[in-house]
Amino acid sequence: MNYVALFRATLPETALEIAALLVLVVDLGFMRKAALQARIAVAAVLGVAGCAAAVAVLPLERVGLQGPDGLDLLATGGTAAAAQIAILVLTALTLLLLIDSSFTRNPGEYVAVVLMAAAGGLIISAAQDLLVIFVGLELLSLSLYILTAFAKKSGKSAEAAIKYYIFGAMSAAFLLFGFSYFYGLAGSTNLWKIEVAISQSGPSPLLFVAWILVVAGLGFKVAAVPFHFWAPDTYEGAPAPAAAFIASVSKVASFALILTIGTNWLMVGGPIEGEKSALEALMRQHYQTWPKLGVILLIVAAASMIFGNLAALAQTSVRRLIAYSAIAHAGYILLGVGVFPAHSGQGSALKFFIQSIGPYLRLNEAVLYYIITYGLTTIGAFGVVGVVERAAGSDRMDAFLGLHKRNPILAAVLLVFFLSLAGIPPLVGFWAKFNLFAAVLAVGAGPIPFTLVALAVAFSAVSLYYYLQVLKRAYVMPAADESPIRAHPVTLAVLLLIAAAVLVLGCFPALLQSWIASFFK
Amino acid sequence: MLAWTIYISFAGALISALLPKDKPMPARWFALAVAVAGLGIAIAGYAAGFGQARQVFIDVLWVPSMGIHYLLVADGISRVLVLLTGIAAVAGVLFSWNVDLRTNQFFGFYLALIGGVYGVFLSGDLFLLFVFYEIAIVPKYFLIAIWGSTRRQYGAMKLVLYSFGGSAMVLIGLLAAYTTAGSHSTTLADLAHAGLPVSFQMWCFPLVFVGFGILAGLWPFHTWAPTGHVAAPTAASMLLAGVVMKLGAYGCLRVAMGLFPHGLDPWGFSFIGIGSWRDVFAWLAVIGIVYGALVALAQTDFKFVIGYSSVSHMGFVLLGLMTLNQIGLDGAVLQMFSHGIIAGLLFAIVGRVVYDRTHTRQFAELETMHLARRLPFAAWAFVGAGIASMGLPGFSGFVAELQVLVGAWRANPWWTAASGIGIIVGIAYIWRALQKAFFTDALPTAHTLEAEQAHPFSPITWPEIAGVALLGASTLVVGLYPRILLDQIEPAVKALLAGGMQ
Repeated sequence: MNYVALFRATLPETALEIAALLVLVVDLGFMRKAALQARIAVAAVLGVAGCAAAVAVLPLERVGLQGPDGLDLLATGGTAAAAQIAILVLTALTLLLLIDSSFTRNPGEYVAVVLMAAAGGLIISAAQDLLVIFVGLELLSLSLYILTAFAKKSGKSAEAAIKYYIFGAMSAAFLLFGFSYFYGLAGSTNLWKIEVAISQSGPSPLLFVAWILVVAGLGFKVAAVPFHFWAPDTYEGAPAPAAAFIASVSKVASFALILTIGTNWLMVGGPIEGEKSALEALMRQHYQTWPKLGVILLIVAAASMIFGNLAALAQTSVRRLIAYSAIAHAGYILLGVGVFPAHSGQGSALKFFIQSIGPYLRLNEAVLYYIITYGLTTIGAFGVVGVVERAAGSDRMDAFLGLHKRNPILAAVLLVFFLSLAGIPPLVGFWAKFNLFAAVLAVGAGPIPFTLVALAVAFSAVSLYYYLQVLKRAYVMPAADESPIRAHPVTLAVLLLIAAAVLVLGCFPALLQSWIASFFK
Repeated sequence: MLAWTIYISFAGALISALLPKDKPMPARWFALAVAVAGLGIAIAGYAAGFGQARQVFIDVLWVPSMGIHYLLVADGISRVLVLLTGIAAVAGVLFSWNVDLRTNQFFGFYLALIGGVYGVFLSGDLFLLFVFYEIAIVPKYFLIAIWGSTRRQYGAMKLVLYSFGGSAMVLIGLLAAYTTAGSHSTTLADLAHAGLPVSFQMWCFPLVFVGFGILAGLWPFHTWAPTGHVAAPTAASMLLAGVVMKLGAYGCLRVAMGLFPHGLDPWGFSFIGIGSWRDVFAWLAVIGIVYGALVALAQTDFKFVIGYSSVSHMGFVLLGLMTLNQIGLDGAVLQMFSHGIIAGLLFAIVGRVVYDRTHTRQFAELETMHLARRLPFAAWAFVGAGIASMGLPGFSGFVAELQVLVGAWRANPWWTAASGIGIIVGIAYIWRALQKAFFTDALPTAHTLEAEQAHPFSPITWPEIAGVALLGASTLVVGLYPRILLDQIEPAVKALLAGGMQ
């Protein structure tokens, strides 16, 4: 273990933890007597500064941190860096939404927990080892349970946290159980080593059991059917900034983790060198074992798309609607993870592998593009919901009646966010979808990927209906109450910034795409 | 130059949305100025296009990693349809002069819709075309749902879901074509030359054709059209019938037939005389012509008559496309223009001139109002528009439908024979509407005369006269001198046919 490398690789996490401690000290020490609004503002600004510091020290070049056996525990930089930067930026945005909220009297603690959750997110985006994954995931999850329960005066918040915690604890148990099987099968906790060892021993029923357990654990994190039960309640009960954090940052981190696992196991990760014949044999073994596992991801993806979209049709609470739509979006993204090159057995496996690397990397880029832009848009949506909720006292759809009169800017940004989520051009959500689906088809030939993509496109058409239900109330239906809704200037600025990003990235999709692609070089 | 139609429309939409909410006048004049500027550019571009084949206005790589181009081009067909959009846009603004509710937003959505329509007609890249096509969907929803009438929220939602369903089909076809072609370009020309396999084209063609066809009122996917038209405010129904349905037909021609020409080939077997997708869609078009006309004959709501007549007339466009010969395709494009103008005029008279004064569209009530005497302008304008719609010589509809029928005769005489029924019924429903709405026999009693004098209809305003004059003059000019459009349509169609639809 090289402690200098460890320090270098975990500088951003360190920065976040220092910022978390600093926030606590400042808030509980210096600011104790100050007004609540000032404390909230100071805590949020310090949190944002922590995120900025973490971005500044983030290693962009690939730094592998080896464990005692010489295998990677963490691999920062490269593809992980793209996800990590996104996590930090999105965290900062959710912190800024805090300024306009009043659910807590302890802003310092809230910001500290958010920063720790973000640190957990950074760790799992870069993790290469089952134990590190689990530690990072638990850091993230435990922080999220606390954040959900943070509105102490709200019974709903407590209820949501308990539900979230029970499901989370159960799925963590599943995940750990699955990991233990993988360790038993492969004799290592390193992702790459596991791939090699299991390829050599060939498929076994135990591998499927282990994989299903892992999918259950990870499916919980991204709220994929049938592990989604916590999502509507949590989205509904958690304070708005916390819900925004859960819906965006936690999703980005979890999908970054799933991508790492997918790249290592379903594709072939790790160093590829050695004799040609040996590599050819390794590749053949790989293709005989791993591709079968992708089917489970595809089933989960299809179920999420169908169930999420259909259930969203019936919602009257906007937060629950966003939750079900999040389930549907998780389904679309899982398509991009569940589809990967599978060699037919004819011709050279090695050659096939080398040819498939390019499209597969494009697919990974597309998944990241999707989840980052989705996270950004959802933060915006929760920002609007939070403001409306404070004014109207509920997040029912009818609370949005006449929003265009009560606050035209809020209505306009809501229009942008929801149309983007529905996938209407020229907003970024459309590009994300197109990019993802085109990349899926480029990797997975054959009728099954095509059918799933067709299903996804068809269900995005369905999704427009429920997004329009909210926009209809904001723009079309007459309002019962026309008193203006006031939003804090910072909140408005954040929402306008996000809306502008959604529009600009939609009109010039190459901006973000080439930025993400630069990490894949 | 034509590219500026798109930019000024979108810029106009944005500025219009920012204009003061409670002052309708500036918003009206501003929208009129933007629409007239668009028309001016369209006319200038059209005039400059005589003798030109395909003009490329701008071609830059938009998304390099996927080979998506920002490519705006125009051939004769595009220029004709851009001209139509310009005319319809100006007329639509004139006929919405009396919109008082949230006027700035109304024209904001309106101009955004127009911008999207211009964009579709000028796109030379499949992807770009699709983007503009989808941009046009959302403003329609709000235009109908906020400013519409009869069951507006239902009509708006139905229209949007049909449109979005259709565009989902197009998107699936687009993704499939992009992946199958394996080329790193999404321009229509590159995709058409990518050599897509015939078996692929065989299933992708109907998918994309139906996807676009939904918006063109293809029977049996037309049911959004009558309800949407009826629910829409006057300007929106003018645009819906006038240009939005043309988007669908244009997509059928440019994308479905242009990219997958082998989808029209015979299957190799035939079932009850139908041996290819061409036969299937031609018969669907014929059914649409006859069905639309028959249903229009049975309506009790004035606007529904026009709504169903649109389905019938759009059937001619689709039939013309399926003839696959020069004269039939010429006719189809000409019919797009002609129907855009005539349907706009009919909807304007029914929705603005009549309904906004009588507040009813039911024939039973209109019969008692003696509109021929009290609104002579409306009555005579409708006589003119009705004659044009029946397809009498001297109006654009005659030239267009005649060419479609001749083309259809050359392809399959039964198509012509069957759609002839539609034309005859077409005369009947216009006649019936004309009589029921304007020229009833019932003589007024002294009492009703007094009541009518006590509550006269508000006088005809100048925007209405200007709008009717603009649309009426357009259909007359094209009817009397069709070469003005055909000179541009014919070479473009010839190039399409010679290049295997591309």
